[in-house]
Amino acid sequence: MNRARRFRLGVFRVTVFLVMGAFFLIPIGAMVEFSTRGNSLTAPRTLQTWADIIKVPDLVQAITVSLELAAITSVGMLVLLLPTMVWVRLRLPGLTRIIEFICLLPLTVPAIALVVGMVPLYRWIKINVSDSILMLAFAYLVLVLPYTYRTLDAGLASIDLKTLSEAARSLGAGWGTVMLRVVVPNMSGAILNACLLSVALVLGEFTFANLLLYENLQVAILYQSFVSAGTSIAVAVAALLFAFVLLLILSFVGRPRARMARAEEA
Amino acid sequence: MKAVNGGRGAGVEVRLEDLRRHYAGVSALNGLSLTLAPGELVALLGPSGCGKTTALRLVAGLEEANSGRVVFGGEDVTNLPANKREIGMVFQAYSLFPHMTAMQNVAFGLQLHKVGAAERRKRAADTLELVGLSAHANKFAHQLSGGQQQRVALARALAIQPKVLLLDEPLSALDAKVRSRLRDEIRRVQLEVGITTLFVTHDQEEALAIADRVGVMNAGRIEQLGPPVEVYSRPATPFVASFVGLTNRLAGMVRGGAVEVRGIRLPLVQPEAPEGPAVALVRPEAVTLTTDGQLASGPLVGIVIATAFLGATSRVTVDLGDVTVLAQLPTSEASALTAGTRVRLALRPDPVLIARDDAAAG
Repeated sequence: MNRARRFRLGVFRVTVFLVMGAFFLIPIGAMVEFSTRGNSLTAPRTLQTWADIIKVPDLVQAITVSLELAAITSVGMLVLLLPTMVWVRLRLPGLTRIIEFICLLPLTVPAIALVVGMVPLYRWIKINVSDSILMLAFAYLVLVLPYTYRTLDAGLASIDLKTLSEAARSLGAGWGTVMLRVVVPNMSGAILNACLLSVALVLGEFTFANLLLYENLQVAILYQSFVSAGTSIAVAVAALLFAFVLLLILSFVGRPRARMARAEEA
Repeated sequence: MKAVNGGRGAGVEVRLEDLRRHYAGVSALNGLSLTLAPGELVALLGPSGCGKTTALRLVAGLEEANSGRVVFGGEDVTNLPANKREIGMVFQAYSLFPHMTAMQNVAFGLQLHKVGAAERRKRAADTLELVGLSAHANKFAHQLSGGQQQRVALARALAIQPKVLLLDEPLSALDAKVRSRLRDEIRRVQLEVGITTLFVTHDQEEALAIADRVGVMNAGRIEQLGPPVEVYSRPATPFVASFVGLTNRLAGMVRGGAVEVRGIRLPLVQPEAPEGPAVALVRPEAVTLTTDGQLASGPLVGIVIATAFLGATSRVTVDLGDVTVLAQLPTSEASALTAGTRVRLALRPDPVLIARDDAAAG
């Protein structure tokens, strides 16, 4: 590659990086700017709205609920999806297309249609089972299916599932052991990515919770905007940062094995 | 190497009784019966689709038979799942758990069998030593060569002291040199441990080299079962003759308990065969070539069209006008026979098999 071409490629990369960066950062920067304004145009910058975050009613509870929902959805998704996909791959390969279709279906149905369809079911659950917001996890399970299915499918495709599971079975492993000690450790990357996607989707979810009359983090932010625009923006920025840090921590906690294996290879 | 197979000593008898298996109406196994003596290594040999792998998977419990029984040492295991059968298995594909070291792979089965940590380490180390891989105990699969991975897989299968060792084409992913070395290694280990072993392969050389008995399979059943020498030199059916070793098919006439091929009388494996035209199956090593003497045209005079160097021996293709014949000769003799040389053919009077139906010889 000659120098001129390399230079043009470098310029192109930097440009793309800057444009994308601006696309993400300008709105967030504007939010920060807005949330630090004083009461009038001439008033000095102030962090008052940020300090007011702790006074937002029920915010802590909304955050807790969103985190609980994220955890339940991730675990539920894995427990439901992973054994199903392994079983379909090993024993019922003919069903692959059908399972894939079902898992991708929520992608094509608008959220509002899903919710309207779910309302009768949720009314029944609220009356007969529990009106806990954690029931929302079932709806989120459907919501995250398309994304997590793809991720786990790629992970399963990357290992020789049939041979590995048969080897483990010949050594005396039951199906539970095969799942926990052979399948899961060898696709930890895909599992982690599926969990990250679930967490990110659940933390940012607004439509389901709002329309089913539950209060999660996003709904709480909306309510706050009716009270104080500045504070609600501050909460929104804080929530973004919080989600960012959380995902960062998760991805580091989950990676050591992969890093170790790579280091061994080097 | 008592430490590895502990108190079990010699292997157990393994019996396959009239096993049948069909997939969606297509029959893969057609009533297979086979008894392996304790400590015996039997190779099932056949082309792909002959049912040999199905047979092995039925013994392993990885597939269920439609009918028939599998018996290990008097105990009927037909209805036991694979993880309860006490088998050790080595697969064609590399099967080491990628997230574990060689040592952890070998210890995995021991842990599932509730062997204590100290004992586990000792037995895993002993078994790795048995296959000569002590120095690589802490490496992961991706740091081992293909041959080493298969040796770890063998150690892993043996560590749990299974009743039966099942080898599903364990050598076919390896290159030729490693293959023959590992083949001998498997045989050495198997004799040392004394475990009853079922070995499945499509490679006749492998089967003949390693097995106590070879079962040649075709279309879901065993066509011939016997020691390698017997299967090779006295094939029971035309299929066995053509699948095990190379065979010349020469037209002849059965008359008075012998077959006459191009003026030479060859004794028959089955002297009671009815008289009439037939195809004699003649091994290339039963064909000799001479260049001296009378080389006027005749039924046994032909022209060399190719010579393939195989190492100590060479394979010479001779055109007799109406048919080409393969001859396998010591390389020292074959080196003079360049393409175009006129040669006279002679057939050693070994008993030969005859075929009457071309289709049957496949």
